[in-house]
Parts: sequence; structure tokens; C-alpha cells
Amino acid sequence: MLEKLKKNRFLFEELVKRDFKKKYKRTVLGMLWSLLAPLLNVLILMLVFVNIFGRTQEHFIIYIFCGTLVMSFYTEATQGCMRALMANAPIFTKINVPKYLFLLSKTFQAFINFALTLVIFIIFCIGDKIHFGIHMFSLIYPILFLLVFCFGVGMVLSALFVFFRDVEYLYSIFLTLLNYVSAIFYPVTILPENLRHIFYINPVYVYIFYFRCVVIDGYMPSLAIHILAAAYAAIFLLAGCLLYKKCNHEFLYYV
Amino acid sequence: MTVLECKNVSIRYKTGDLQSIGLKDYVIQKLRGKYKVQEFWADKNITFSLEKGDMLGIVGTNGAGKSTLLKAVTGIMVPTEGQVITRGNIAALLELASGFDPELTVRENTFLRGALLGYTRKFIEEKYDEIIAFAELEAFQDHMFKQLSSGMKSRLAFSIACLVNPDILILDEVLSVGDEAFKDKSAQRIKSILAKGVTGILVSHSVQQVRDLCNKCLWLDHGKQIAFGPTPLICNAYSTFLFTPKDKRRLPTDEQDLQKISDRFRIAWRLGEKERAAHTNPPKESETDRVYRLLCNVDAMSPEEKSKIENELNAKKKGTAEK
Repeated sequence: MLEKLKKNRFLFEELVKRDFKKKYKRTVLGMLWSLLAPLLNVLILMLVFVNIFGRTQEHFIIYIFCGTLVMSFYTEATQGCMRALMANAPIFTKINVPKYLFLLSKTFQAFINFALTLVIFIIFCIGDKIHFGIHMFSLIYPILFLLVFCFGVGMVLSALFVFFRDVEYLYSIFLTLLNYVSAIFYPVTILPENLRHIFYINPVYVYIFYFRCVVIDGYMPSLAIHILAAAYAAIFLLAGCLLYKKCNHEFLYYV
Repeated sequence: MTVLECKNVSIRYKTGDLQSIGLKDYVIQKLRGKYKVQEFWADKNITFSLEKGDMLGIVGTNGAGKSTLLKAVTGIMVPTEGQVITRGNIAALLELASGFDPELTVRENTFLRGALLGYTRKFIEEKYDEIIAFAELEAFQDHMFKQLSSGMKSRLAFSIACLVNPDILILDEVLSVGDEAFKDKSAQRIKSILAKGVTGILVSHSVQQVRDLCNKCLWLDHGKQIAFGPTPLICNAYSTFLFTPKDKRRLPTDEQDLQKISDRFRIAWRLGEKERAAHTNPPKESETDRVYRLLCNVDAMSPEEKSKIENELNAKKKGTAEK
């Protein structure tokens, strides 16, 4: 078992290396794009919402940034995973390898991007005079479960994508929808109090909410939010694993 | 000790279901009452077993189900029916050049492929120079993989895959890689691996290669198992089949028939040898035409003549055995 894990680790590392090299192939700035892209994105949102729409809510930039930080990681990881299985079809139809490693590599790649964006995020927080305390470490909790959640969703998507290529089109539309219902650039107060819990149906919002609680309001959210964050991750991971277990040997008939 | 066992292995492909034809055609076909998922058995009821040290050759025309069967043996596919039982670790050399990344360098691809094949990093690091030397790619280590010639690609693939010391080695058309010099080198490498007592399966379109390397032979045709047995018997029968024009081809019906078809080729071969010795063969005849003409000659022979040739063959066999 330990030997198998070691072997898979080597494969995982090599896949990560490959995916990184391919991602920044023939770009002049290379890895720098991982820092530049989120920075420019936030600047645009700032321009639009602060200067044009004139929002002056306290820490509004950080409010938006929390949303885009989580959302862009989710988007990159799940879309990457969705295509990863198909993209590696020439390999798994010839060599017997654990297929989930292709997805794990994509998730990891997105996570590195996320970590780099986090650096910019912290710089913005300092600029916005956010209070830094020990409570910031509690962010590890949502980050960890967000990671698992994305991987789980990625597994489900990649399996469906093999059987129905339509998933790609459907999912990009779904992502647009998700972008608007996750309260990224508007406050949840647009809904009346008694309807506001609808937001928690959306897993991505739960992770965003956790971030905002800790960073902007400076306290850890309730136990219910903790349970929700863990449950969403567990459900999708389980669904993904079951799907892979069931379809592991079906995939190659459809690629 | 039985190392590999296939019990009634059948593999089915489906075509024409909703996913492959799309909703539009699905609805149209449904409305016309023509919708039907087509089934296609790539392999049907394949049964054989190999002992330790056996080398099995799989022969058959294109689309016989050879490669699909190998995928079932390596565990890439699971048989629709039946089961494959293997003891020990398997190394499979299937369609070597595919699965490399064109955008990565030779060095990067070597490590990636090594990882995919389940080697450890330490092992690859130790063997890296040896791999490159065997593939004769010392000058190309930092070139992108897509810049290599197709021969170089196959050579690299072969070199990486052949490092292993497996219990079961599976070779799919891998001995026809590279130029003549490299072919010799790779055949040597394979022989040295086989000499260590591994059990092997070889798929090849070269019957001669199967005769050289294998002691057992499996003949497949359109997914059906035609025969399984010792190499000379099967290879002779398969050669008869192969050299007969397509419209006159006939598959053996039972063991006895198989033996008869096999003998036909042996006798025809002997006739050919005699002809060449006497220089009576027509000069501009192709190999296929020649063998088929000889096979027809065999059919025209009387039983006495046939047994005479048989005796000659037996005597010759004895002679070579004594030598």
C-alpha cells in the first residue's frame, strides 16, 4: 500500500509538472499571469462598482475580492477537471493508470493559482486596513473543504463529460448563472430576511460567506456553516468516487 | 504453474446509442421505429491458459480482436463476460508511440512515461542514461517530442518500456520498430527478458516472428477463437488460410480439420523447397501466388504422394534434431 502510494506520488508530480509546462508554454510572462490576472480582474470590478455604480459600503473591495477569489478557483478547478479525463484518453486507453490522478493534477494546478491570488488578496487587505489576528488561521478550514469540493465536482463533471460532450456547453452556462447567484458583487440584503437562507443552497456561496465572515467581520461563522462546508465537500467527493468506481472501465468505450 | 488464464472472455462494444448519434438522430430514428443499439463482439468466448515460461503468439487478420484481448489481459478493459486471471505483475507494450506529449521534451517525456508505467523516480533517474543510450537519442534530449522522427519516437517508447522485469510481458506489434539495426537490438532485448522465464504474449502480423519466439499460439478471426495449441500446428494452418485468396478462405471446423489444413501447408512448403532446389519455379511469381499454387498442387496429390512427402519431412526433422 505504501509502495503504491509512493509510485502514485511520482506520477502525480510528473503530471503536475506537465500541466504547468503546458499551461505557460510560449507565454512571455509565464507564471506571472497567475498574479496578474486576478489583480487586473479586481481592478476592473473596482472601476465598475465603486466608480460607476458608486458603491461605498465599507470594505467593498475586499467583499468583492472574497467572492472572485473563491469563484475563480472553483471555475478553474472544475473546468480543468472536466476536460482532464478526456484530454488524457490516449494515455488511459493504453496504460493502466489510476484515472483520478489526472484530475488531482488539475485541481492542484488551480490551487497553486489560488494560493498566488491569496497573496494579492492579503496585500489588498493590508491596504484596506483589515484587522489581522489569529482568527485568520481559521480560513484553512474553508480552503481545505473548497479544495475537496472542487475535486469532487470535477470528478462528477469529468465522468459525465466522457459520456455526454454536451456537458461542456451546459456547464459554461451554469457557471454564468452561478456567478450571478453567489452574491459576489452585491450584498445578500437584496433579499428579504426570511428568504436569505436560500443562498446557503449554493455551496460556493457558503465558502465565500465563510471568507467574508472571517476577513471582513473578524469572527468565525456558526457551527451550521462549518457543517455545511464539510457536508457539501463530502457529498460531491462521495458522488465522484462512486461514479468513478462504477464507470472506471466504461470510459474507454466512449472516448 | 498457471500464470495467465482466460476463461470464456467476451468483450462487447456498443455503437449507435444516444450519446454517439445525438438527440436529433435519436428522435428521428425513434419516430421511424428504426432506433437500435448495435452490439459488436470484439472477442467472443476466448479460452486459454499459459504456464510459467510460455510464450503465446496471437495471430489473426486485421480486426480479429487481438489488441482488444490484450487490453483485457492488462486490465485496461474488463471483459463483458468471462474472466481473466493473472498471477504476478504485468508489463504491457501496447501501441508504443501514442500517449507521449508532443509539447514536452524527450527528457520530460521519459520521466512522465516512466511514472505512468509505475516505475519509481529513483529507478528512472538511475536508468535514464541507459534509456537514452539504448534509444540512441543522446543528441535530442532537450528537443521537443514533436520534433522527433516517428522512428525515434518508437525507439524511445521501446527503450523505456523494456526496462521492466515483469512476470508477464505483453507485446503488441512492438518488434517492428525502427530501422533494421534497431529491430535486431530490440529483438535481442526481448529475447533476454524472455530468457529469464517470464510469461509472454506477442501479437504480430509476422508469422515468422511468432514461429521464432513463441511456443504456443492462438488464432483469432473476427473475435472468435479458431484454435489454440502448439505454434507449428497453428502457424501452418494459419499460413494456409492467409495464402488462400479471400473468396476461397475456409476456417477449420474441428481438431482433425485443423491438422489437415496444417499438413497441407507443411507439404506445400516442402514442394516449394524442392522446386527451388531444382530451379523449376516460375521467375516472376509473387510469394502469395507461389504459395497458393503449391497449396493447390497439394490438393491435387494422391494420398500416396502425400505420405511420401510426409516421410521426407519426418526424416528431415530427425536429421536436424540429430545435428
